[in-house]
Order: sequence, then structure tokens, then C-alpha cells
Amino acid sequence: MRNLFRKREFSLFIFILFIIFGVSLRTPSFLYVNNFVDILNDTAILSMVAIGQLMIIVTGGIDLSVGSSLALSGMSVALLNQYHPGIPIFMIILISIAIGLLLGSINGLLVSQAKIPPIITTLGTMSIYRGLVFVLCKGTWVSAHEMTEVFRSFPRRSFLGLSSLIYMSLLIIILFLIFLNLTRTGREIYGVGGNKIASQYVGINLKKINYLVFTLCGGITGLAGFLWVARYAAAQSETAIGFELQTIAACVIGGVSITGGSGTIIGVVLGAFFMGIVYNALTMIHVSPFWQMAIQGFIILFAIIINTVMDKRNQQLMLRKRSFNE
Amino acid sequence: MNNCIIEMKKIKKYFYGVKALDGVDFKIRTGEVHALIGENGAGKSTLVKILTGVYQPTAGTIILNNKPVKFPSPQISQKAGISAIHQEATMFPDLSIIENIFMGHHIRNKSNGLLSWREMKDKTQSLLDKLELDILPDTKVRNLSVAQRHMVEIAKALSLNTKVVIMDEPTSALTLKEVEYLYKIIRKLKSEGKAIIFISHKFEEIFEIADYFTVLRDGKYIGEGKIADTTVDKIVQMVVGRSLEQMYPKLEAEQGDIILKVENLTKIGVFKNISFDLHKGEILGFFGLVGAGRSEVMQTIFGIDTKTSGKVFINGEKISITNPSDAMNHGLAYLPEDRQIQGAILAMNIRENITLPIIDRTSRHIFLDRDREFEVVDEYGKNLEIKASGWEQLVEDLSGGNQQKVVLAKWIATKPRILIMDEPTKGIDVATKATVHNFVSELAKKGIAIILISSELPEVLGMSNNIIVMHEGVITAKFTREEANSGKIIRAAIGSISK
Repeated sequence: MRNLFRKREFSLFIFILFIIFGVSLRTPSFLYVNNFVDILNDTAILSMVAIGQLMIIVTGGIDLSVGSSLALSGMSVALLNQYHPGIPIFMIILISIAIGLLLGSINGLLVSQAKIPPIITTLGTMSIYRGLVFVLCKGTWVSAHEMTEVFRSFPRRSFLGLSSLIYMSLLIIILFLIFLNLTRTGREIYGVGGNKIASQYVGINLKKINYLVFTLCGGITGLAGFLWVARYAAAQSETAIGFELQTIAACVIGGVSITGGSGTIIGVVLGAFFMGIVYNALTMIHVSPFWQMAIQGFIILFAIIINTVMDKRNQQLMLRKRSFNE
Repeated sequence: MNNCIIEMKKIKKYFYGVKALDGVDFKIRTGEVHALIGENGAGKSTLVKILTGVYQPTAGTIILNNKPVKFPSPQISQKAGISAIHQEATMFPDLSIIENIFMGHHIRNKSNGLLSWREMKDKTQSLLDKLELDILPDTKVRNLSVAQRHMVEIAKALSLNTKVVIMDEPTSALTLKEVEYLYKIIRKLKSEGKAIIFISHKFEEIFEIADYFTVLRDGKYIGEGKIADTTVDKIVQMVVGRSLEQMYPKLEAEQGDIILKVENLTKIGVFKNISFDLHKGEILGFFGLVGAGRSEVMQTIFGIDTKTSGKVFINGEKISITNPSDAMNHGLAYLPEDRQIQGAILAMNIRENITLPIIDRTSRHIFLDRDREFEVVDEYGKNLEIKASGWEQLVEDLSGGNQQKVVLAKWIATKPRILIMDEPTKGIDVATKATVHNFVSELAKKGIAIILISSELPEVLGMSNNIIVMHEGVITAKFTREEANSGKIIRAAIGSISK
């Protein structure tokens, strides 16, 4: 597991410890196990979808439609549950994933076949998918009492003290850790992001890879859609608005190169966790809610600057080593 | 002799111990067109870069108007009256001609400090008139032809009150008519007392337009003289004249059956009627000037580009290749020219780079197998003497020569039967070159058929069993090793055989 703690991830890890230490000086209750479980619950969905976003960014693309796809798949299964309460929960989950895969593959087709740049494609589908949410729900909500008990309680079901939400995110993390690091296709995804032309020369099918990453991201987003509406026991037209920016932020904090080619799952998961911690800590130390968003942004920028500075220093060390080699 | 506007004396430039220029003398007088001649890597562009302040000489002096000067930066060289017209014009395509000409030295209104567009427009108009260019000063550069862009660059040079204009391959993208027009303008500048340094591979142009010439070879000054007193043959002799055959330890390889046969391969507008045979164990050299179409032919064979017509046979069987993985399945490998853009994936480590094309072989089902990967990388990495702290080192942290070895190892690991190498030693140091040459000879000895595209004459002459020369998309000559010599090859490459 060479990727496990590459320098960049490690410096983020240290930064997280530093924040935990700082906040706990002021508010010791921050350190309670329960609080950390809360943070994990809060960041589970973010870290899953951020992994989907990671795969797309690594190939040099971006997906702005994840918030809307999440809302559309979540709304669809919530309505399904409302009108057909008899459908078993595992079917609901599969349907949610299937809707996500479909939405993702539409993005994938537009990018790989129609050659529309990812940012434009997903800017378009972001509005289309969000618009379909309005069409589906006609502006109304699906609220807690309209959902079945099994549906609502699924994310909270616990085993050994952790919720199924956390297990779901662990499952996704492990699956994609294996996929990106240990399979051929995973290697090819990094190859395409690192150098499109060279990848083409070694016989990698660029279209296939582009299509695949958008579809996979869609699948994860679909699953996240169900988990989201079930967890908050509400499906509304504004569900997950702006969520795509959080997933991108988690990637960038986690050291994913926005131009493609590099980035690790561990980094992204730490990035998502970092965002959860900052949000939680600001509430715990009673920062005015009016200030929270601005301070959050400031801390995120700070983390990225530290990361970049560390990166530059590493590169200079490498350069010195290189000139020594010659 | 004292009307020399610039005199460069005993200029030396070392890069990390490599002598790019080794005591070069160069002088140019006012009102003279001076051709700077030499092969790729002879030191022409290094000399120009020293003159324009991009590089600092390791030793030697530059004398401008009888006073020694230093050009620590391009701006200072430009202020001193030296301007370079670049091969690929460095311009702002979405800005107007006026803005391009005055970028960096805008004219300001003396009273209020604001830009004085009126004055700049008038000046641009008079420059365009002088260059007989019938376009409006407001035209965006994007809408100009290549020749017109050259003229805008020349206009910019004139607006800076330039005394020396450097033109690096100015005709490479021009039509015959445009070339005539360029000559006319060059003569006009000459008559006004400007000095022009003219860099070209094309001897016909040199004899048409230049008054004097200076020849460089391997970073050394070879000679100079009046164009009127010399001949093409004498200059070719000066450009190549070395006994290089012994530099290349060619191993004798048995040539086997024909493995690759190409018949009348054509891509309209790029190359036409390309036919050749390649035998097992043969090294087939492809020589030509930049833009002759050699890489394009090979990229078409490898399935990166599509052909208009023509046939390709491997082992006597007609095949159709539509993408690189087809080509690889037929035993082809293509080592591309630009290792940074087409070759290596810099953000990946050595192991990942080398195993990428053979990912089928180094994985079990869908899963990667690190043990197999290391086996392969050990074998080829050691063979090619890749110098790295380990196989996990990122390729971007390697030197240029070692990056090239990684790309080479990557393609050799595919166990090709036909290996196409496009400028395999471009821009790498002498020691690495020798490693690559030896390795290539050994591959041929093992029966691999090799196509070697190179713009370095000694490399082609020293390595190849047979040599094909291309000029502007067609094959102009084929030589066996015994028949070939530098003069014949250069003449075929500049197209003077067909005329």
C-alpha cells in the first residue's frame, strides 16, 4: 500500500490531528467517541460521492451534476416507496443505484461519444436532472410519515455500534480502493489522466475509460441518493443543492490534481473527513452560524495552501536528488 | 572588416559539461544576408539564443558596433537592436496587428499617460505599407496567413528599430509565391542596411538569398565564405564532413524474410505512394527534413492516423489496422518522437509506465500482479541501464535520457516483431545515445525488424542496413548501406534529385 500514506495524504492527516487537538483544548466534549461517530455519519455520503468525483477528476474531467443526480435518484425511490410501500428495501437500493448508473452513463456518452467537454456536459445535465426532480415531485415533498419505517430507518440500523450508513461508505471505499489500485482498468484510468496521447499510443481505449468513470460515479451517486433521503427522512426538490462543490472540495483538499493524473482514495476520504471535522468543530466551539461558511472556506483554502507548499518542497528535494544522480 | 555590426568571438556554451558550442566565431555586416548552416544539433539555435539573450555564453565575447557587450536578458538584446522572427510565430492570435506590434512597448500620450492608439495605428499602417501588406491594422492576427504573420513579426522588429533580424526557417510553412514575397522584403531590408541572419536547411534558398554563410558542425566553427564563391557540394561537404562510420558499432545481423510490406500508402495532403519492404533483422533508416512526412507515415501504419489508400502486409498477409491495439496485436511497437507528450506518463512511476502496454501479461484476470510486474521491469530496466533510485520512482523525476530509456523499455517489453523508432536519441546526451544504439543493434541481431526515423545523418548512416529518404511526403531515394553517403542523402532530402 504505497499509496496509503504518500506525503500529501500524510500532511493532511497531521493537519486533521492538529485541528482535533486545538478544538479539544477549548471543548473537551469534541473528543468523545460519540462525536466522532457523528462526524463519520455526516461525512459518509460525502466521501462516497467524492470517490466517484475522484475517478472523473483523475481522468481530467469534472462532474457538476452529482448533486442533481443524487436528488433525482433519491426522489425517485422516495416516491416509489410512498406509492408502492411493498417493494422490499434491497430492491429500492438496487433501483436507486440503477437510476444513478443511467444518469451517469448519459454524462459518459455525451463526453466520450459526442466529445462535449465534461464541464459543459455536466453543467447541462445538472440543470436537466434538477429540473426532472421538480417534474417528478411537482414542487412538493416526500416527508417522513410518507415513507415506510424500513425505508427511513435503514441508514440508522446499527451493528457493533456503527450505522449501516458507515458500513455502506466503508464498502464503497474498499471496493474502489481495490478497483483503482489493483485492477488493470484502475491503472488505465490513471494512465489516461496522466497523459491522454501516450495512453492512446499504448492501446488504451479512451472512450471506454471516459464512459466508465462517469457511469461508476453515477452508480455511487444513485446509492447515495437513497441513503440521503432515508437519512434525512425527506425528499425535496432542493435536496443536495451545491453538493457537487463539496465533493470537488473534498478531492482538492485530499490532494487530487485538478488537471488529472493523480489523486488517491485515502486522500479524498481524509478530505471529506476534514470537511466534516471543520463543520462539526465550528458548531462545537459556538462560532456564530453567520460566520461558519466563511470560516469553513478560509480553513479549506488554508489546508490546500499548506498542501501545495509541502508538494513544492518535496519536488525541490526530488530535483536535488535528480541532479545528484546525473 | 570594421563595418561588422556584430562579431561573436570564440563563443563557448556548455550544458552540464556537454559542449553545445565550442569556440564559435560568427560575424555579420550591415546590409548583408548571412546564412547560418548546420545539421540539427550543430549549435545554430544555441548560437541564436546567446545572441538574443536567452542563454549566457560560458566563454567568449560579443562585439556590437566595435564595443564589447553582454546580453543578460532578451529585453536587453532587443533594445540593442536584435530581433528574432520565430519559426512558429509567437503572437497573440486574438489581438489586432497594432496590439501585437506594440505589445511590451506601447506608445503613451505624453500629456496624460494614456495609450495613444491613434499614433500606434498610424505607425502600424506605415510599417504595413512598407512591407507591401494590404491589410487593415485592426485585423486580428488569427485571421492572417502564416506568411502575413511573419510580416507582422518583421513589422514588430522594425518598430523596435532593429538592426539585426534573425529568421529561423522562415519559409518552412510558406507557399512558393509567399517565399518570393519574403525574398523581396528581405532584399528591401538589406538595401536599408539591416543585417539578416537566415537559418535554413534548404540550399536552394540559401543560394537564392544569402550573401555570406557560416557553417557549424557539432558545436564547432567549420568555416565561412561568400556564397558567390562556393557550390552546394562544397557546403554539404562542410556540413557533414566527418568520418563517423566508426562511431557506430553496427553488429552484423542476418536479414530474414520480408515481415512488413507497405504498398502505395497515401494520406491526401500529407504523404503519397509510400512503398517499402522491411526484413527481419533489418534496420531501415528513414531520413528527411522536419515536415517530410516520415512520422505521419509511421503513425498511419500504427493505427493512430487513418490512410486514404494503400495496403499494408505483415508476413505476406494483408492486414487492416484501425487503432494502436490492433497494431500491437500484429507485433508492432511505436516509440514516439516526443517522449513527454506521446511517450511517458510522467505522473506514474517507472514500473507502472513500463507495464502499461503489456497489462494483459502482467495481470491475472482483472487484477494486477506486482510480482510479474517487477519481473518484467527488472529484466528490461537492467538491460537498458535505467538509472533511478528504484522502479517506484516517478518518471517526471528522471533525466531526459532515462525517461527515453523508460519509454524504450516499455515498448521492448511488448516483445514486438516490428519496432518503429521515431527520433529515439533526440535531445539526449552522448552516453545515453550510445546505450540506445547498442541496444537497437542487439535487437536487430535477435531478428526484430526496426524502422529508425532520424534527422541525424550520422545516426541514420551508422545504424541502418538500408536508407529511405523522404521529401515533402514522397520517397525521393532508397540506398543500401554501401551506396549511401552524406552528400547523396542530403541532396535527396532537400529534393534536388527530383529536379
